[in-house]
Amino acid sequence: MTSPTKIGQVKTVQVDTGPALSRRRYTKVDPIPWWLKVLGGLVVAFFVLPTLVVIPMSFSDATTFQFPPKGFSWRLYENFFTNPVWLDALGNSFLVATLTAVLATVVGTAAAVALSRLQGRTAQFVRTLLMVPIVAPAIVVAVAVYISFLRWQLTGTVTGYVLAHTAIAVPYMIVSVTGALGGFDPQLLKASASLGASPLRSFVRVTMPLISRGILTGAIFAFIVSFDEVVIALFLRSPTFQTMPVQMYNSVTVEIDPTISAASSLMVAAVTIIFILPQLRRGRRGRRQESHADDT
Amino acid sequence: MTRETTVKATEPSSGTGLGTEIRLAGVTKDYGLASPAVDDISLTIEPGEFMTLLGPSGSGKTTTLNLVAGFETLTAGTISLNGADVGNVPPHRRNLGMLFQNYALFPHMSVAQNVAYPLRERKAGKEEIARKVADVLELVQLTGRDGDYPSQLSGGQQQRVALARAIVFEPKALLLDEPLGALDRNLRSALQVEIRRIHREVGSTFVFVTHDQEEAMNLSDRIALFNNGHIEQIGTPQQLYTEPETLFTARFLGDSNVFELGQAALDEKVAQDGESWIVEPGTVAAHPGVRASSAIVVRPEDVEVAGSRDAVPSGANAVRATVRDVEYMGSYRTLLLAMGAGGLPGRARTSALRGEYAIGDTVVIWWWPRAQRIVAA
Repeated sequence: MTSPTKIGQVKTVQVDTGPALSRRRYTKVDPIPWWLKVLGGLVVAFFVLPTLVVIPMSFSDATTFQFPPKGFSWRLYENFFTNPVWLDALGNSFLVATLTAVLATVVGTAAAVALSRLQGRTAQFVRTLLMVPIVAPAIVVAVAVYISFLRWQLTGTVTGYVLAHTAIAVPYMIVSVTGALGGFDPQLLKASASLGASPLRSFVRVTMPLISRGILTGAIFAFIVSFDEVVIALFLRSPTFQTMPVQMYNSVTVEIDPTISAASSLMVAAVTIIFILPQLRRGRRGRRQESHADDT
Repeated sequence: MTRETTVKATEPSSGTGLGTEIRLAGVTKDYGLASPAVDDISLTIEPGEFMTLLGPSGSGKTTTLNLVAGFETLTAGTISLNGADVGNVPPHRRNLGMLFQNYALFPHMSVAQNVAYPLRERKAGKEEIARKVADVLELVQLTGRDGDYPSQLSGGQQQRVALARAIVFEPKALLLDEPLGALDRNLRSALQVEIRRIHREVGSTFVFVTHDQEEAMNLSDRIALFNNGHIEQIGTPQQLYTEPETLFTARFLGDSNVFELGQAALDEKVAQDGESWIVEPGTVAAHPGVRASSAIVVRPEDVEVAGSRDAVPSGANAVRATVRDVEYMGSYRTLLLAMGAGGLPGRARTSALRGEYAIGDTVVIWWWPRAQRIVAA
């Protein structure tokens, strides 16, 4: 791999097919030593195992928390799916997260496209400003939201939840779409205009399909940011409207109800599935592009 | 061109695409830098003409093309298509096709979808789209590649798809922004032939931007040579080559032997380097700058090489020179020379069969006075 043509090939491949392929090529050049694999495995176990502990617990037949579980039963799931408090909370969370994802997608994509056209210090400043919700302490944001929403009478409403969650989800959307726009050739928009397409039509027919992966990734992040957001949700909750994380918090601190292990398992499963589905799709597309590149 | 630009700003009517006159009057684009990118350019491109905007990078040729396309806004001046002012018409309503150096094909669309794009934007029917796409793919010799994606095509094929896409909707004119710049030499000349053929068959006005003088000479009906935001000279390739008005033109197109005269009286004779050269009145450029500062330009192919003064015929202009290097070009040799007492760099082309000259030889080069050109320097 020292000849210039080889290096050039690897570079082309990276540009065409994304990180999955380039990573594979890289391992061919530079094999990973066994101890690094072991270390990597340990790190993964450290991060993932605590999450997975709740899954066997959720099939326990005990009435209190128990690990390892002694017997097997579906009882906790039965509790979950027959208790309207849990079901309402789950429904509320799905509603808020879906609306947040939609709103954040529109706002975040528009912001990212606008930012990509700005240059210089102004753009840098605006970009930094939009990242503030990610780095600001959650409790500070929550208190600010709470005080404002009290005045505007938005606490305990779907609108309130969606607006607050959108504010913290938009930065993720911007990061994701900005990344996708990095590989977008602005010359395509000139071509599109010369062919008779208005700016809006060009966006729909050219820009959007080409950055759809970034938009999808951002939308998933936005959904999950909202789905497991707990600090703001605690402030905004009302007796009649709570989200899943808040209900889970209640069930531990107030009720000590082992149903939470079933609820947690469902959350883990839902979030994992939402993340993995597009990964599978991406894998397929990556392979198709690879075969294109080989043809040329 | 007697039509006056009193027409109101209207959208250009979608014509047949044949014979659109493009007129630039006092066109200026100023980005607020030291000097305007395009400085008061006036240029009329005739219907069906192949006009090349030639010049070094930064000379304003691409900016001018972008002004015509509508991607840049005018600082001053007017641009009209068939007499209709398009200054305030957005690019997507100007009905001008455009080719880009990097092809700018839509990577998520097949060849057929790319070519159908402008037709679909114009709400053409399904059958009409299918027929026109098939026709234009035949024109660019890509029949049967409809289903391929741009990533499956070579650079030359991609540019042919882009060409098909840019002419399929019968635009008022085709704007070409260095479309061959990214291709290798063989492909370039093949596509030059192709572009010339398509220009003939389509009969539309073509505006071609390039910095490659050979390409410009090869393709154009006329060339507008750009320099520092203004047009140095407009004319046919032959006019620009044989009758340059300025030293910039002479040096940009082809090789030249240059003898700067400064402010000299351009009578029947001029003195240069101890020589006295004959000047024929017809060889002096009409450019007003000639009076202030001028130079004699002689093309290498017009220069003959002699071993000594005695071999120079009477009535010829001659100067002593030293051979610096010899380039063997196959059908001819080029002698690289140091001319006169000042050792000016020069070139002379000699037949490969004629006498051999070696590095360091002292020779006399000569040319007929009608072969030289006196230009503004």
